[in-house]
Amino acid sequence: MIPAAFDYAAPETVADALAALADSDDAKVLAGGQSLLPILRMRLNAPEKIVDLGKIAELRGIREDGDAIVIGAMTAYADILTDPLVAEHAALLKAAIETVADPQIRHRGTIGGALVHADPAGDVGAPVLALDAELVIAGPGGERTVAAADFFEDLFTTAVGEDELLTAIRIPKHTGWGAAYEKFVRVAHQWSIVAVAATVRMDGDAIAEARVGLTNMGSTPLRATATEAALAGSAGTAQGIAHACGLAAEGTSPPSDLNGDADYRRHLAGVLTRRAVLSAVGR
Amino acid sequence: MTTVDDRPSAEIGNRRLRKEDQRLITGRTKWTDNITLPGMVHLAMVRSPFAHARITSIDTSAAKEAANVIAVYTAADFPDGMGACANAWPITPEQVTPDHLPMVGERVACAGEIVAVVVARTAAQARDAAELVDVDYDVLPAVLDGLEAMKDEVLAHPDKGTNKSAFWKLDSAEAGTGGNVEEAIAAAREDGIVIKREYRQQRLIPAFMEPRSTVVDPTGEQVTMWTATQIPHILRFLIAATTGMPESKIRVIAPDVGGGFGGKLQTTPEEFITLAVARRLGKPAKYTETRSESLVSAHHGRDQYQKLTLSATKDGTVTGLKVELVANLGAYVAIVGGGVPVLGAWMFNAIYKFPAYQFNCQTVLTNTAWVDAYRGAGRPEATFGIERIMDELAAEVGVDPLAIREKNWIKHEEFPFTSVAGMTYDSGNYEAATARAKELFGYDELRAEQAARRESGDPVQLGIGVSTFTEMCGLAPSRVLGSLSYGAGGWESASIRMLPTGKVEVITGTSPHGQGHETAWSQIVADRLGVPFEDVEVLHGDTQVAYKGLDTYGSRSLVVGGEAVVRAADKVIEKAKAFAAHLLEANADDLEFSGGRFGVKGTDQGIGITDIALATFASHNYPEGLEPGIDADATFDPDDFSFPHGTHLCAMEVDTETGQTRMRKYVCVDDIGNVINPLIVEGQVHGGLVQGIAQALWEEAVYDENGTLVTGSFVDYTLPTAADTISFVTENTTSPSTTNTLGTKGVGEAGTIASTPAVVNSIVDALRPLGIHDIVMPCTPERVWKAIQSAGSHDGETTTEAQPHFDEAAPNNADPGSTGEGNAQ
Ligand SMILES: Cc1cc2nc3c(=O)[nH]c(=O)nc-3n(C[C@H](O)[C@H](O)[C@H](O)COP(=O)(O)OP(=O)(O)OC[C@H]3O[C@@H](n4cnc5c(N)ncnc54)[C@H](O)[C@@H]3O)c2cc1C
Repeated sequence: MIPAAFDYAAPETVADALAALADSDDAKVLAGGQSLLPILRMRLNAPEKIVDLGKIAELRGIREDGDAIVIGAMTAYADILTDPLVAEHAALLKAAIETVADPQIRHRGTIGGALVHADPAGDVGAPVLALDAELVIAGPGGERTVAAADFFEDLFTTAVGEDELLTAIRIPKHTGWGAAYEKFVRVAHQWSIVAVAATVRMDGDAIAEARVGLTNMGSTPLRATATEAALAGSAGTAQGIAHACGLAAEGTSPPSDLNGDADYRRHLAGVLTRRAVLSAVGR
Repeated sequence: MTTVDDRPSAEIGNRRLRKEDQRLITGRTKWTDNITLPGMVHLAMVRSPFAHARITSIDTSAAKEAANVIAVYTAADFPDGMGACANAWPITPEQVTPDHLPMVGERVACAGEIVAVVVARTAAQARDAAELVDVDYDVLPAVLDGLEAMKDEVLAHPDKGTNKSAFWKLDSAEAGTGGNVEEAIAAAREDGIVIKREYRQQRLIPAFMEPRSTVVDPTGEQVTMWTATQIPHILRFLIAATTGMPESKIRVIAPDVGGGFGGKLQTTPEEFITLAVARRLGKPAKYTETRSESLVSAHHGRDQYQKLTLSATKDGTVTGLKVELVANLGAYVAIVGGGVPVLGAWMFNAIYKFPAYQFNCQTVLTNTAWVDAYRGAGRPEATFGIERIMDELAAEVGVDPLAIREKNWIKHEEFPFTSVAGMTYDSGNYEAATARAKELFGYDELRAEQAARRESGDPVQLGIGVSTFTEMCGLAPSRVLGSLSYGAGGWESASIRMLPTGKVEVITGTSPHGQGHETAWSQIVADRLGVPFEDVEVLHGDTQVAYKGLDTYGSRSLVVGGEAVVRAADKVIEKAKAFAAHLLEANADDLEFSGGRFGVKGTDQGIGITDIALATFASHNYPEGLEPGIDADATFDPDDFSFPHGTHLCAMEVDTETGQTRMRKYVCVDDIGNVINPLIVEGQVHGGLVQGIAQALWEEAVYDENGTLVTGSFVDYTLPTAADTISFVTENTTSPSTTNTLGTKGVGEAGTIASTPAVVNSIVDALRPLGIHDIVMPCTPERVWKAIQSAGSHDGETTTEAQPHFDEAAPNNADPGSTGEGNAQ
């Protein structure tokens, strides 16, 4: 499979990358290439120009910034998995990324690429949404910050414009929160049929706060708001958790495909949410 | 020069690492796509996106203008044709067999069919220009499903007037091999058990690792074709037969080939087109398919609807089996496409002593990729049907699935046994394999755990699946093939060249593509001739080197091709004996051959066979009347098949909340006769098991209603990887085959044939208390969960909409459906 011909630019700064994008009506950004290259090779898209972010050092790395940690858009999954700040303050993100594809792909694929690609079956959207992250976007008019809740617009569509770059992900610290990602697949290398990202702050045996993100239950990652509300301030009994998690699919519109129809996905969402929450609370 | 004394006493039975692995695993070897020739041009195919359409126009002008494009051809550019993809096994004289041309000009009969070819300096330029070929189509209605095709409402080939290709029947009463099945069923209806079941063998894609690739060099007196094929010899014959080229002007080479699983047992449109283009231009040409093209247009496998009616006495002794198949052949009758389902005729009765049997097979044409051999070819389908329904019988009688099998199987002391389908099973010991498998499995403990989980209402239930399979392998006795109108024989050929330096070249007509023949054949020859394993070189897959052969498929290579090697080696020894006697000045009758050396009985005099090779090379001193040289050829045509068997046990956890299945344990004890190399056998069994398990759980080729392949990439065609499997426990019992001197039986397909029903049986076994008696393959979590959901709501019928029912009006199908309730049908 051979992509159609394209022009290629490999800028070394965000400013140059933005200039390279502004230069063309039909440019595409290349990050880890794990979604873009298959698209090019199968000729589902044939952009005139590829702007490769691989040489832009300022887009890589993870740092602490007050109440948040900041992950550069070009940080590879594998680097996130081994980072102590992520483990301490955003355990949910780590749990989700552990399930992405295989080691080779996790060494190439980036968190920024995954978020902008915005495949509803991708595994980083739900934890980023559940952790109330903010996405930093740079464009011709400067930098802006978008809440995760406003970032995902539709299937494969985000708030990042064609002439813009996602530069960083700011995640408020969720220090001490329990976390679990329940991913349901048929074969190991598959995309999520349904997955649930759950993170909880405990207060003794009771659940003080809970955040639940759903993967592949609609055209974008979703929050299980009814479940979160029912869990918050609850005693954390098995029965209470089961009841709250039964509400997970409320308001979702999951797809139907070879792996399962919408009803089955709604059912799975409930079961997986219960399992994720139980695991997050440590049971 | 001496033959080596420190070599192991016997190579046969040794766990030799495979000689070929270093080059195969590192890829530093000759895969077809690695071949680059001076001046070589590259091809890209233009394929139909539609399942059925009339071509109204093809505009190639823009493509011809594109950079570095040398030519763009359509079928119209080859008025005399390009050869044809032949059907080598018409199963009946009346079989409807649409012409299968490499490139079509008027009408496409399935998606992926080739309508034009672009030739350019590079593969990328060819691909770019292929996008510029503008084809207009008038879309025609397409028929995709086998049972739909039976109705003859939408025709895959309107000019044929029907979708029905052929009907083939074996009836034990008519053949004189058993009783009348209708009488057996009628009697059981009065006072016994009748079980009817419909099973679906979904369509699969062979998905070999190396995509297909062909290079043709037309410069020189002979045209040379390198191609990723299992069948270089058959391909050469069919090129000659369908293009009119003299066979002697064609050389076909299968260099290292990266897997086939039957998927490269074909003569392909791409091979004929590459040949035609190279000859037209007088330049070497290469075509390598993409994975997407491979999934759409390399042949598919399986795709059958099965209807089984089994009759038994009340205690579970089987009295009759009637099988009705509808086999979807796809758009064309491929090389052995019609014959694959017919192979089931001798396999549905399996290891059981059915007194009466009938097998009916209707093949149909549809607007889908053509269907042909896929690992097991006809035997997995049959084994699935019989092993599933034997479990149903056990449930009906209320006994353990192993007990019902034991009651009905051929006892060890009854071998050789002539089956109700007329086959003679050479050897076997089902009792021994089963006893060992139970022990390795911990059968009783797992049954106890199952009972405990049922008792406690555990959301995770445990199921135990059984498959006591047999298969026929070693294709095939040529006379038998002749009686079935198969277009070729089933013999195999071998040559042994004794080189003057003491090295030995073994030439085999089989064509390995990952099986390890180079290692196994070396072991056989090392033992036979008493030469070191390392000194044996096995040559194959080049019609100029191995000029005679029938290639590799049907678990035939060792049992037929290996036996030819043995016979060639024996001829070498026989020839060498005369030279030894002469050189030793002894009487030939006083010589004995052992450890590579002819010794004069009762003396310490002797001479090594490699010394004789050197002496005949020099030929300074040799007996009067003999030709110098001890090389030899042999051709072996088997008298009969061999019948490996085994007992496979699978323990599966079923999560009733999600329908997810998780394999706990898999044990198989296979009797494949004598083993040449246990390591190779384990590899074949492990790979085979995963392919069979994949049919049960993961794989299915799915078309949408327009005939577009939905599972067109590995995102949707869910091939398993090592991460999806567990550690299998594999062992062997040994009943040497009596149909070849090595005592071997085939093993290449055994794992695939046996494992699919073991897995499905395990899932059904877990859920049977809920009233569930079938889950359609692949048993996805969704299907399992839905079966559980609907279990309460009706009587446990198969729940999925994916299993259409047989047309009630069709012949032989007057009595569909299943009850699982004894004779209450
Ligand atoms: C075999 C396989 C299995 C996979 N399995 C999974 C899985 O189980 N779960 C999962 O979540 N994912 C899976 N993926 C996808 C993987 O996570 C990708 O890496 C990810 O979706 C894209 O990241 P990337 O860095 O490779 O981006 P690229 O492929 O380079 O880019 C993706 C898209 O984002 C755009 N883009 C990238 N970076 C930026 C940026 N900074 N600013 C603006 N636009 C940008 C690109 O233009 C492109 O449109 C799998 C991929 C493969 C090949």
